[in-house]
Amino acid sequence: MSVLTLDTTDATATQVWIPACASASLAPERGVAILLPDGSQAALFRTFDGNLYAIDNIDPFSNAAVMARGIVGDRGGEPTVASPMLKQVFSLRSGVCFDDTTVRQTTYPVRERDGVIEIATGSKGGTS
Amino acid sequence: MRQLLVIGNGMVGHRLVEAVRDRDPDGAWHIVVLGEEPRPAYDRVALSSYFDGASADDLSLSDLSVHPNVQLRLGEGAASIDRDARRVTTTTGAVLTYDALVLATGSSPFVPPVPGHDLPGCHVYRTIEDLEAITASARTARTGVVVGGGLLGLEAANALRLLGVQAHVVELGAHLMPAQVDEGGGALLDRLISETGIHIHTGAGIGAVEAGADGHVERVRVGEDTEIDADMVVFSVGIRPRDDLARAAGLDLGPRGGVAIDSTCRTSDPAIYAVGECASAQGTVYGLVAPGNAMAEVAADQLTGGDAEFTSADTSTKLKLIGVDVASFGDAHARTPNALEVALNDAPGRRYAKLVVSDDATTLLGGVLVGDASAYASLRPLVGRELPGDPLDLIAPGRSGGGVGVGALPDDAQVCSCNAVTKGTLVSAIEGGACDVATLKGCTNAGTSCGSCVPMLKTLLAESGVEQSNALCEHFAHSRAELVQIVMATGITTFSELIAAHGSGRGCDICKPAVASILASLGGGHILEGEQAGLQDTNDRFLANMQRNGTYSVVPRVPGGEITPEKLVTLGEVAREFNLYSKITGAQRIDLLGARVEQLPAIWRRLVDAGFESGHAYGKALRTVKSCVGTTWCRYGVQDSVGMAVELELRYRGLRSPHKIKAGVSGCARECAEARSKDVGVIATEHGWNLYVGGNGGFRPRHAELFASDLDHDTLVRYIDRFLMFYIRTADRLQRTAGWIESMEGGLDHIRSVVIEDSLGIGADLEAAMERHVSTYTDEWRGVLEDPDKLERFVSFANAPDTPDPTITFDVERDQPVPGEPVSLGMPTRHQDHVEV
Repeated sequence: MSVLTLDTTDATATQVWIPACASASLAPERGVAILLPDGSQAALFRTFDGNLYAIDNIDPFSNAAVMARGIVGDRGGEPTVASPMLKQVFSLRSGVCFDDTTVRQTTYPVRERDGVIEIATGSKGGTS
Repeated sequence: MRQLLVIGNGMVGHRLVEAVRDRDPDGAWHIVVLGEEPRPAYDRVALSSYFDGASADDLSLSDLSVHPNVQLRLGEGAASIDRDARRVTTTTGAVLTYDALVLATGSSPFVPPVPGHDLPGCHVYRTIEDLEAITASARTARTGVVVGGGLLGLEAANALRLLGVQAHVVELGAHLMPAQVDEGGGALLDRLISETGIHIHTGAGIGAVEAGADGHVERVRVGEDTEIDADMVVFSVGIRPRDDLARAAGLDLGPRGGVAIDSTCRTSDPAIYAVGECASAQGTVYGLVAPGNAMAEVAADQLTGGDAEFTSADTSTKLKLIGVDVASFGDAHARTPNALEVALNDAPGRRYAKLVVSDDATTLLGGVLVGDASAYASLRPLVGRELPGDPLDLIAPGRSGGGVGVGALPDDAQVCSCNAVTKGTLVSAIEGGACDVATLKGCTNAGTSCGSCVPMLKTLLAESGVEQSNALCEHFAHSRAELVQIVMATGITTFSELIAAHGSGRGCDICKPAVASILASLGGGHILEGEQAGLQDTNDRFLANMQRNGTYSVVPRVPGGEITPEKLVTLGEVAREFNLYSKITGAQRIDLLGARVEQLPAIWRRLVDAGFESGHAYGKALRTVKSCVGTTWCRYGVQDSVGMAVELELRYRGLRSPHKIKAGVSGCARECAEARSKDVGVIATEHGWNLYVGGNGGFRPRHAELFASDLDHDTLVRYIDRFLMFYIRTADRLQRTAGWIESMEGGLDHIRSVVIEDSLGIGADLEAAMERHVSTYTDEWRGVLEDPDKLERFVSFANAPDTPDPTITFDVERDQPVPGEPVSLGMPTRHQDHVEV
């Protein structure tokens, strides 16, 4: 698979959309890890209602690249993922950690086009 | 500052010092304690727990030396008292003066002067040193005779049994525990104790202990014509107060020995007090700790200017011995004039209950409970009070449920007799905000000793209108056990159906793995099939244990710890090829660490090809059945422990459960497989297998308790089938078997009745469920290797499946790879101590 092909058709000055994976490869509530062009990693999720989210794959508490392997669910309706390492829960929308609100994961914009899921890089901290 | 000298550092002497310190905040007294034992006071009541694995440290009481103005002189007794000069000479020759003296010298075990009573192999049961000597004797003994069938004698018999020695109990009375239990209860008690494999000889005295050629105990003569071939003897016929010092000092003694004391605990010399088993109060020497503690409190109060008095003592007893409940309280023998008895003797139901009431049947005077003492906690506080109803209703199950509702108790009734906590204290604690049993225990101390009142604490909470939530999490208002029932009743097979019909939202890391485990336990197919994959907890998700750097460990099953050289070579080759850190686990298998997620399928293909299968080290499931080599090799073994361990491990492999399950099989009572630290422990006997349940290591280590004795193969397997399946159906999420047993109403006895007597009528159903598990088991890793859809998940990145995670690095330590520091990518980082999850 070609990883680093850039799709710049509607990229802004700071946003570069890159293809992450085929839509069929992302099952609901089962994250996958995506290697980004700069060597960093995103954890990509599809929730049960079909929404797409991506956050930094590196668990800020353990520094291990494991967030994509966490359990997806909700806290009072807010979509979440729990770190598989020490179980801290993060909002998929904002990246904020429920167990320590001073910690916030980077989030990435995500979209689905023609059977491909794409992640926007270059604007870390944005929301989808 | 005045000088208080305390002779004796047993439980009561210890209590006295604490009681004085509590009442003497200004330090009017400087206290010197003489203790002749080499160690500070310990809990002699719990002495038998030494055989359950408690260490001397576990038995120790609070440290007196933390108090200023307390000097503890251990290994030093008192030799004489000079009352005129108020001086005590110690066994080391030191001379200590006193303003007040407390005798807390306790008692010594009485050894009847029969021929041979002092032969090598004869013991008493009093101190930790005695227990160490008994343990040493038991290593070579096959049969032991306990002389005396009272409380302590039965504890000694149980100890011999736990040490693998066939125990005989010789009791002069007509039945066991004659001091506490009446004839009707005694008959049942004899039967229940006999059933545990202990031989009982009642109405018989010991004639002589005879030595063999080596001078060691070889035979015990009992009564007229009985001979027991025995290698050891334990005397526990009673105690004699240690009053020699007092006698020599000219103090008055009681009619049956002991230092005579008045109601202030003063002896005939007002500067000298006596407390505990060395004292004779109104002619009675009490051999129990509760009256001793009461005396210590009275003496301490008097010493600090109070006016407390010792009048009578609560000699209530409740114990559970070898799984047999016995309780005796108040006037158990109906010695009050004109007292009436109400008795229920249910021999087939293995329970006996008797209440003693006043001649007008309105006041409860005492009682005896054998076989089922669950009503003890609610009946004992009613002694001396008006009965809430028909006495028969209180002891007959089915009439009013047995026992008395705690609501019927007056506020000053003690709910927890161990720590003297009244109902009133508990009710105020609940009104003050204590909303669960743990908090209630913490702020009142109730239920922290024997625990028999815990069900009453729950009832009090419920009656106070405190709702105790069983909800699993915000998504399910049900407990795990209720969800099991729902899944079984509805036949629901997916999380989505379950949460749509019985929950709310989309679940979380609490309820998803719990439901995944329930679905798997009930036969839900491969745990990574379809939607189930997204429910699985960290380790189950990739069928391997995630380590601190995001790599995984690989632990193939090695049933019973038995492995061929060929398989060992394979493990070595795989570790070398994939550069894995190798370590032998505590469960007799081999852990290969440092595998990246995308390497797992290749590693497992090698292992499965070599005949290995998943070891479920990652799952809340059966882990291993540890074993010793048993009769196969060991010259002490009495059964084939390896064969049994392999059979059990293959039977229960893959069984998903509320928490991990560990098991062990030992080939003899030496217990080299450490089976009693497992959820299910099996220990070989000459006649079959003893089954222990509820043990675990970890954060709160617990020893397993004896569940059933001398089982044959089929019965053993049937009991374990039922036990495990009952646990799986009714335990809370992440509750080990020990916590499950503790939290269950009726505790281990209830589980025994369900498993052994099939009291709920679900035995066949539990067995059938286990049979389904056994017949449908397949290896999870083979299932992954044979399914491309599942294999597809074992990649590092969806867009670069074979690219290793660049953040994973390794250092080398002692010639093996270990996690390196993570590569920093400028992300927010927070270090946290690694916690095993």
